[in-house]
Amino acid sequence: MSTPLNAPSAPRDPFVAASGVRTRPGLVVAWTLLMMGGIAMMVPLVYMVATSLKFPHEVYDLNIIPKEPTFENYIYIFKNTRFGLWFVNSLVTSTFVTISVLFFDSLIGYTLAKFKFRGREIVFIAILTTLMIPTEMLVVPWYIMAKNFGWLNSYWGIMFPGLMTGFGVFLMRQFFSGIPDDYIHAARVDGLGEFRIWWVVAMPLVAPALSALTIFTFLGNWTAFLWPLIATNDRGLYTMPVGLASFSGEYLTDWELIMAGATIATLPTLVVFLVFQRYIIRGVVLAGIKG
Amino acid sequence: MKRYGDWKVETKQAAQAWLFLAVPIVFFTVIRFYPALDSFGIAFTEWNLLSPPKFVGFANFRRMIDDPVFWLSFRNTFLYLIIGTPVSLVISFVVAYYLDQVRFAHGLIRALYFIPYLTTTVAMAWVWRWFYQPPPIGLFNNMLNAIGLDALPFLRSTEQALPAVLAPAIWAGLGFQVVLFLAGLRAIPSSYYEAARIDGAGRGMILREITLPLLKPTMIFLVVISSIGFLRIFDQVYNMTDNGAGGPLNSTRPLVLNIYQTAFRSFEMGYAAAQTLVLFLILLVVSLVQLRLLRERA
Repeated sequence: MSTPLNAPSAPRDPFVAASGVRTRPGLVVAWTLLMMGGIAMMVPLVYMVATSLKFPHEVYDLNIIPKEPTFENYIYIFKNTRFGLWFVNSLVTSTFVTISVLFFDSLIGYTLAKFKFRGREIVFIAILTTLMIPTEMLVVPWYIMAKNFGWLNSYWGIMFPGLMTGFGVFLMRQFFSGIPDDYIHAARVDGLGEFRIWWVVAMPLVAPALSALTIFTFLGNWTAFLWPLIATNDRGLYTMPVGLASFSGEYLTDWELIMAGATIATLPTLVVFLVFQRYIIRGVVLAGIKG
Repeated sequence: MKRYGDWKVETKQAAQAWLFLAVPIVFFTVIRFYPALDSFGIAFTEWNLLSPPKFVGFANFRRMIDDPVFWLSFRNTFLYLIIGTPVSLVISFVVAYYLDQVRFAHGLIRALYFIPYLTTTVAMAWVWRWFYQPPPIGLFNNMLNAIGLDALPFLRSTEQALPAVLAPAIWAGLGFQVVLFLAGLRAIPSSYYEAARIDGAGRGMILREITLPLLKPTMIFLVVISSIGFLRIFDQVYNMTDNGAGGPLNSTRPLVLNIYQTAFRSFEMGYAAAQTLVLFLILLVVSLVQLRLLRERA
């Protein structure tokens, strides 16, 4: 999209409409409806947390504030199930995969953006092609591979498919392409090794892209369900979503317990969001537009 | 053999590049390309993992054509897509269009719509599953009763179950679409609007002639992303239906769930792989349509 040459190119305040329209009666109605819609969006989360703090006899009442709030459900879960372990499993695997993706995807993206060598285009196109291959098509061969190598029911088995991603490579290559070559030449003249140039000089320049990639990768792995469900059948190695699904299926009618479990699985990402709200939304837009 | 220090700059660069790419090339070959090709091979076998795979030619594909459950899951997959994509895009556009004009509590409202996007699908599926329970258990039916309406069967009805399963998927994805629409709206230079207003264009005309056409790239992107999302729906259905079977009577079962059941409950790897090829083909067509549309824009 190009701006006409004579257009006043004052940076737009993100919170002001492009149309410049501010106060008209219709907007008050619109605001009220938007707010009501927004509150309605919160209903599942509000009732999830509220019900997790209720005793069984109060679960089917519509009140949001429990009459006798209790942590009984959480205590029961941590005493009688392996939620703590599932939480750790998810945290460890998601963190490791995210670190791996950040390291490798940015190294690949940097190499494809900043090194000149024969075969560069082929490697890039090959990696882009993997974006066309859906996970669902790979789970059967992955399962067979993991079974043959004895990777089922292990952290490695949960993690190996996601250690590098075509999406991340594409995103990082886009951003590294935007760095002036002069920076890299200057670092070379100063006698820095190629690895250190990437790590010390180039990486800090693409920090926004790295944070976007961190959010997407961590969130994606924290909530991932299909592959961890296939790769584990030892309850001790379940990730949070798989554990929650199995737990809920078992306690099918104890909704207050299920809600407590759902809260444990959901709250960490929500807390992170409240802390990093601005960065996360910016990251989503960034990755959505460039990716 | 010259010492490394004496190599030409270009040669050094190429050597460095391949050194950096060595591990990734192995990874993408072994974990992406090989399995993808492998699934083409498996699709032509009968294989229960206990005995060695047996080549059966096109038998799995012939079986698919005669398999009513496959076709039902095929149909359901497209129902998720055909209902989910327009509904979620219309809602998110309307929200974003008005939210863009609102300043008071803008950030708060945006956050309210965006937060569900960050939730764990499995957890939310169970919350919604509880909402849909018959009275006096489920929240929705209790609300309906509270305002004097009859209870609805939701997940127990073969007609209502699919939209009921789809609702949390739309709910969770809305915030992502709103945020991208907002970014798209923000990218439209205000001078366009000013010029239109000077020429006497009304709000409806500005929306039709300026806002919507300039949002086309955002729209195409969101249509494709959300279509792919609905075509791959699995987590919600697995967690909201009894034993993850996509019931009642397979009325909510999508293709991915059918693949999962075939491969990991019945252990028919060949038949499952054949179905993944169908899914692959559908997603490929969607991606190619996207490329085509994006090229038209340029």
